[in-house]
Amino acid sequence: MSLVCITGVGLVSSLGVGREAHLPLRPRVLDESSFAPWAVHPMPALGMETVIPRKEFRQMEDLQRLGTYTAGLALSDAGAAGLGAGMDLVVASGGGERDAALDEAILSELSAIAPEAREAHIHRRLSQGLRPTLFLAQLPNLLAGSISIVHKVGGSSRTLMGEEAAGAEAVRIAAARVAAGTAAMVLVGGASQPARWENLLIYAPFLHQGGWCPTAARPGMVMGAQAAFLVLESAEHAAARGARVLARLSGVSAAPGLGMVPARPGLNVSAHAGGPAAVGDEWLADWLGAGLEAAFPVGIALAALRVAAGDAAVAVHGAGHADGAFSAVVEPAR
Amino acid sequence: MNDHLGRPRIAVTGIGLVTALGRDVASSWAGLMAGRSGIRAITRFDTTGMRSRIGGCIDLPGDRPGHPLTTAARIIALGDLALAQAISQSGLPFPFPGPLTLGLPPVEVEWPGRQALWAAAGDPRHPALVAVAPRVMPGGHPLAGPARALATRFGTTGVPQAVTTACASGASAIQLAVEAIRRGEARAVLTGGAEASMTPETMIRFSLLQALSSRNDPPEAASRPFSLSRDGFVMGDGAAGLVLEDMASARARGATVLGEILGVGERADTFHRTRSSPDGLAISGAMAAALADAGLRPEQIGYVNAHGTSTPENDKMEALAMHQLFGTTCPPISSTKSMLGHTLSAAGAIEAVICLLALRDQMLPPTINQDDTDMSLGLDVVPNVARAHGFSATLSNSFGFGGQNVCVVVGAA
Repeated sequence: MSLVCITGVGLVSSLGVGREAHLPLRPRVLDESSFAPWAVHPMPALGMETVIPRKEFRQMEDLQRLGTYTAGLALSDAGAAGLGAGMDLVVASGGGERDAALDEAILSELSAIAPEAREAHIHRRLSQGLRPTLFLAQLPNLLAGSISIVHKVGGSSRTLMGEEAAGAEAVRIAAARVAAGTAAMVLVGGASQPARWENLLIYAPFLHQGGWCPTAARPGMVMGAQAAFLVLESAEHAAARGARVLARLSGVSAAPGLGMVPARPGLNVSAHAGGPAAVGDEWLADWLGAGLEAAFPVGIALAALRVAAGDAAVAVHGAGHADGAFSAVVEPAR
Repeated sequence: MNDHLGRPRIAVTGIGLVTALGRDVASSWAGLMAGRSGIRAITRFDTTGMRSRIGGCIDLPGDRPGHPLTTAARIIALGDLALAQAISQSGLPFPFPGPLTLGLPPVEVEWPGRQALWAAAGDPRHPALVAVAPRVMPGGHPLAGPARALATRFGTTGVPQAVTTACASGASAIQLAVEAIRRGEARAVLTGGAEASMTPETMIRFSLLQALSSRNDPPEAASRPFSLSRDGFVMGDGAAGLVLEDMASARARGATVLGEILGVGERADTFHRTRSSPDGLAISGAMAAALADAGLRPEQIGYVNAHGTSTPENDKMEALAMHQLFGTTCPPISSTKSMLGHTLSAAGAIEAVICLLALRDQMLPPTINQDDTDMSLGLDVVPNVARAHGFSATLSNSFGFGGQNVCVVVGAA
């Protein structure tokens, strides 16, 4: 079994981009008005349209843009921007971005229409009103597809669905493939962009309402835009191409249910209170909000940045908003 | 018990099918062998004004006119049937002693649900809808909820891998299962695919991308892969289940081995979201990668189950890639989507099961509706009638939006 090295990190949250915004964590950015009474940690201004080719940018919505942008950061951080052809890709993604204005317009028209004619009316309005390429922005695997197109990543490509647990399982699979020697380099991560009404609707029963309070004290989620991608490769592969190793990744585990209390305090990436936590945990959602599929990759990314800056090993653990418990250890590279 | 690379061989010890031709393996296979179409007019929702009004429908007792089951509920129902058949045949116990990898589509709030939110809120605007949502849909609408439900139902271990690679999802699920066994993480994996995206909005979205056939009458003739008059795919409901096992453990427990997954290969296309690179190399590369993984030469493949969607683009590109891999003379290739429709996230798993059945009976399922086969493609598409054939390995192709190309090599028992 090979040691699994993290050689590139792309990290974006409401705090901004990368090391500068997250070492140390900048003061939280909370938008309490746009989606009141629900607060969100919003997307930062990124100038993504200057990085993603215009033709591709127009075929995506926020989630895919954020993920594609962040994946590019990870690739360049790893010095691997030209190495996509044989690189494998594992993505955890939600999707379902819609034309919320069209949905509202159609609903508002229905009261004037006889019940038996409503179905046909909805279908006609969707046929006339939907932008054809919006479907592609809605499909979760088109984040991976967009990464492949924009960054020319052409090896294997798998997308997992299932919120926080999918993010952890994606990292687990990627690390297992590197450790087993069945993948030379893997780009793995996820993105979440909750600051859209249709996305809040999906998770409505799990949202926190009211003023801000610490994650460890709130039973519901305050959602946060965030994305992280990691470049993983074996120690031998990294050495052979002269890559700098930021950190080593080990002990990645993902399990259904809510799991056991962690053995030692660490970076807790839980969506809200209720999951197992160690005394002394640092709750990442206090700064970044709940990140669904991105939550675990974001925790690993931040831990890798800290370790690369001189910190001792960081335990990353947490639980999903409804299901799933996960953990990993990020250690300094020797 | 190990393959050409010293990895555990992968035995298939259980299969299950639910298709537009039947609710189990025997009836589905009988329909395919008879060259019967499962495509018909959609009745479970109002198709007035829609360009495509046909599908490979699997209506269930819960479907009432105007009140069809949600996609999530139908995925769970179809997946439950197919996976239960596979487990039952394998003889493995409950709870299932391994993980679940499942290809399935994302689910979302559908229009009947949206109207229920509106009725409860008395206001069509999103803040009002979100406010009543905890009362109207208390479980939320998790994207992979059906996979979690099926994992709970069968007691599988670990986090269910709910994989979506668009129309290659079923093949990706098999691939994830194969890899878990090869890594030694599991000795048995429950895998497959379940698809039920045939809702009005999804059909409209596919139609807006010019992907669906509008040849509504007669429905049976609409899915015509490799024909000159092919004009798009026909959506289909369906599910397949497979139990994959480490060959050594399958033999040790005396299980009947139905066949083997010999190899899996994939290539991401970096060209375009909905079109293959014109050079065909990502597709033929995925096919070649699957053969290399299986340790087989092209001439050892006796049959190809095509992706064969019946869109002008797919069938042309698939033919090009076939010739790149096999040269001028390709093995017979048929598209069972001509009979089942395109079952999207389940197709790769359904077609892997069909390959196992073809190998078992040494019979090739046909491509139906071949009264104007596109001869320029240079393929033997097994037109209209099933055919006896001697062969020991097959290739199953699956290609999806987003440049997802996954191929599975299936071997005889």
